[in-house]
Amino acid sequence: MSGNGAGTPPGAPRAPSLAALFVAFLTVSLSGFGGVLPWARRMIVEQRRWMTADEFNDAYALCNFLPGPNIVNFSVVFGSRFRGPAGALVALSGLLGPPVAIVLVLGTLYARFGDVAFVRGFLAGIAPAAAGLMIATALKMAEPMLRRGAGPAPVIVVAAIIAIGVMRWPMLWVLLVLVPLSIALAWWWRR
Amino acid sequence: MKQEDLLATLAVQFAALSLLAVGGANAVAPELHRQVVEVSGWMTDRQFAEMFAIAQVTPGPNVVLVTLIGYHVAGLAGALVATAAMCGPTCLVAYFVGTAWERFRDAPWRTAVQAGLVPISIGLLGAGAVVLARVADHNWTAFAITLATAAVAFCTRWNPLWMFGLAGLLGLAGLV
Repeated sequence: MSGNGAGTPPGAPRAPSLAALFVAFLTVSLSGFGGVLPWARRMIVEQRRWMTADEFNDAYALCNFLPGPNIVNFSVVFGSRFRGPAGALVALSGLLGPPVAIVLVLGTLYARFGDVAFVRGFLAGIAPAAAGLMIATALKMAEPMLRRGAGPAPVIVVAAIIAIGVMRWPMLWVLLVLVPLSIALAWWWRR
Repeated sequence: MKQEDLLATLAVQFAALSLLAVGGANAVAPELHRQVVEVSGWMTDRQFAEMFAIAQVTPGPNVVLVTLIGYHVAGLAGALVATAAMCGPTCLVAYFVGTAWERFRDAPWRTAVQAGLVPISIGLLGAGAVVLARVADHNWTAFAITLATAAVAFCTRWNPLWMFGLAGLLGLAGLV
């Protein structure tokens, strides 16, 4: 699907050009402290109106389901829907280029000054905050699941936390057991 | 290890890992920690926690954690190889599945697969939080920062960066 054809959402002014795609994902990426998704949604649905809210949710649900960094997947799915492989590549480089460059600068500084007392103090302070943010993200994801009546899902959540977080078993083996089990339970629970 | 061997190891390990990342880059944090700290011994607990924190305060996708780890292990080439390995395979999957997915919009198996993967991603994030809290929280102040950040980020709409700033100041003051 490329060009201005079938992939163009109704109500959108026109399919974005390659340059517009690049700039959009670059902007989204640089505003996205602690999560890019809200910014991507704002840009794509509310500001540029390249997709409707439902189209966005659908595309994002797909990227949640695919393995790998969600928003990275999203840039590929979104870019390719409008402009084929070139669109995917352009959206991806807009999204990844600047953060990778920035983190490399930070990495160099860290390698050089990571042992300086005040840098260590600062990092010792923000590392626990990062753990806290992760807890909040997990809770936020769990909230709609619990509200709908989760059925057996919380058992899977707890099993994954214990197996991977506490027992430190290799993730591959844990997932090989838990993923089919969880899908089977979801299938059975819905019937 | 020779540089080429290191790069090859990074490429293979992270490409395999990326395909397990159900629910995003942070979902593989526990497995990343297991591999780079416990199995390979490329860094200490403290370094891992610090790199995770740096990745969180960098704008953009959280996958830059992998960029930092690659840089630490094998320099600039390591950073690029690790990032490409983490994003390449899944981008290809996304590209090809993205075009086919619409056809199965109402298939019952798609609903079950999607519903079944939600608790897995939540569990992986929870596991990541446990692992990270264990390596980052060596005292009560640190533990309190973790709880406070979780509460603020869950209950309010404030930008979490404020909590990071506050926590950083406490750290600078030597309290953590």
